[in-house]
Amino acid sequence: MTFFSALFRNVSIAAISLTTALSAAHAKDLTLLNVSYDPTRELYQEIDGIFTRQWQEKTGDKLTIKQSHGGSGSQARSVDNGLDADVVTLALAIDINNIARKSKRINADWETRFPHNSTPFTSTIVFLVRKGNPKGIRDWGDLIKPDVQVITPNPKTSGGARWNYLAAYAWAKAQPGATEESAKQYLKDLYSHVPVLDSGARGSTLTFVQRQIGDVLLAWENEAFLAQKELGKGQFDIVVPSLSVLAEPPVAIVDKVVDKRGTREVASAYLNFLYTPEAQRIAIKNFYRPTDPSLAEEAGKLFPALKTFSIADLGGWDAANQKHFADGAVFDQIYLKK
Amino acid sequence: MTLLKKQYSVLPGFGVTLGITLFWLSLIVLIPFAVLFGWAAQAGVDGFLKAILNDRVMHSLYVTFGASLIAVLINVVFGLVTAWVLVRYTFPGKKIIDAFIDLPFALPTAVAGIALTTLYAPNGLLGSLFASLGIRIAYTPTGIVIALIFISLPFIVRTVQPVLEDLEPELEDAATCLGANRWQIFAKVIFPALAPALLTGAAMAFARAAGEYGSVIFIAGNIPMLSEITPLLITAKLEQSDYTGATALAVLMLMISFLVLLLINLVQRWNNKRNGMN
Repeated sequence: MTFFSALFRNVSIAAISLTTALSAAHAKDLTLLNVSYDPTRELYQEIDGIFTRQWQEKTGDKLTIKQSHGGSGSQARSVDNGLDADVVTLALAIDINNIARKSKRINADWETRFPHNSTPFTSTIVFLVRKGNPKGIRDWGDLIKPDVQVITPNPKTSGGARWNYLAAYAWAKAQPGATEESAKQYLKDLYSHVPVLDSGARGSTLTFVQRQIGDVLLAWENEAFLAQKELGKGQFDIVVPSLSVLAEPPVAIVDKVVDKRGTREVASAYLNFLYTPEAQRIAIKNFYRPTDPSLAEEAGKLFPALKTFSIADLGGWDAANQKHFADGAVFDQIYLKK
Repeated sequence: MTLLKKQYSVLPGFGVTLGITLFWLSLIVLIPFAVLFGWAAQAGVDGFLKAILNDRVMHSLYVTFGASLIAVLINVVFGLVTAWVLVRYTFPGKKIIDAFIDLPFALPTAVAGIALTTLYAPNGLLGSLFASLGIRIAYTPTGIVIALIFISLPFIVRTVQPVLEDLEPELEDAATCLGANRWQIFAKVIFPALAPALLTGAAMAFARAAGEYGSVIFIAGNIPMLSEITPLLITAKLEQSDYTGATALAVLMLMISFLVLLLINLVQRWNNKRNGMN
């Protein structure tokens, strides 16, 4: 054994142990918990797979993203009460506002942290009707024709149902000569055509698709596509009304949790990833409308153009909630005054 | 404690077992209730009254407790018959039928709700039959009663069954020898012996039915002022992050249930006394 070979061996051992030491210091096992609402299961499954792979290529860290799904309101309550979610991706901004207000686990300025009011993809409310549209339903006004039954969940228990309700309200307010009173009257007529008020959006879809009750289902566009493509192939048509709501399901970092767990960097990267063309294309595949303008053309092939208004036009969620869904507010009134 | 130790007791370690009982009851029952009342108290008297005194809440209470009462009354009759058949007769398949009684205990209530709704919906197996007669069951208060009958049946059968097993048929033979007719035997011999167990079963069934949520929301249709139950209103308030309003309703339900159970206990005591004197 020569001096050189011994030296070489020692150096290479040192080099190997150095690299191991370095990579041990770098490569970590990371987990993120994304607390989301019900129909996003498939969407995030796909996005998480791609993001964890990219994150590992970039940093060497092994990232695992765990998902939790349920009704948006109850999911928000869990996080508010102490469930350690790194990020929340919920159906309504007011659910995130509630966390920010009650337990303050999310900073109050969450809406400004990511583009488009922290909304990576949007959706809208459309009508799902039976094949061939036998009742000739074209717009909101047709829903209160005498023999039409409408299926929509209870806005008091379902976040999705509040979008349906507000879309109907906005349409009624936009009619020529409309007043607050006439809009209320329209809502009253509309809900008198609802034979079943399920507690959640999936329940309503089941009532309409499986139990064959009702002539029209008011649904999120992604749910309507899903029902049309998977639940009952060829049994339904989608009707796009003249005016609908721009549903903006927002995302936020849970500040208290990421600071405690040291996951702010990866959580931010994860939510920013939702805005990349790659994630936006997955959103289109799952029937959500992308916010990236460069994909507008691609999305236009699938989604019909329609006139929408946003919750901001109604004065924001807090105002809308107070006016329509609080105890004794408009939704309660339309059922009480016969 | 020193006084207790001096007394003779057939149960050794009374102090320890009582201690465990109190600790366990506090942990499992009393502390959660105290928290509930604490939350409701935050609303103050005004907030509490405002949360409960409105037409929708009142109607939901009427639906909840009314449907529970009807379901229990129906179950008292059919539960008694079921227990009677299971105790007094032997027939092939008796063990299997006996096992079926417990199914509503074991089944997750949401599963029961979905199954019942599928069956009684206007396009369902039974629902379409009734629909042709012009009767709607699912999505009406009738549907709620059906769900409650389903979930509360085992309580009646399982409380009456053991008492009936201990009831000696010789008593009935003796009554016959003394010239009683069948109705008299039932009314004067069998029923008084079963009444305490029936009342206990009815009380448990009622309490269970009034609090039921999972199976009812699927079949009720949840239309305000028609088929909306109080537990749904509680959920709705939680969904609005109105914790105090939700607990106010919960406390109200609890008080009503407590009063009903108290009343049943009083009837029970009165009944025991009366029979004791006879």
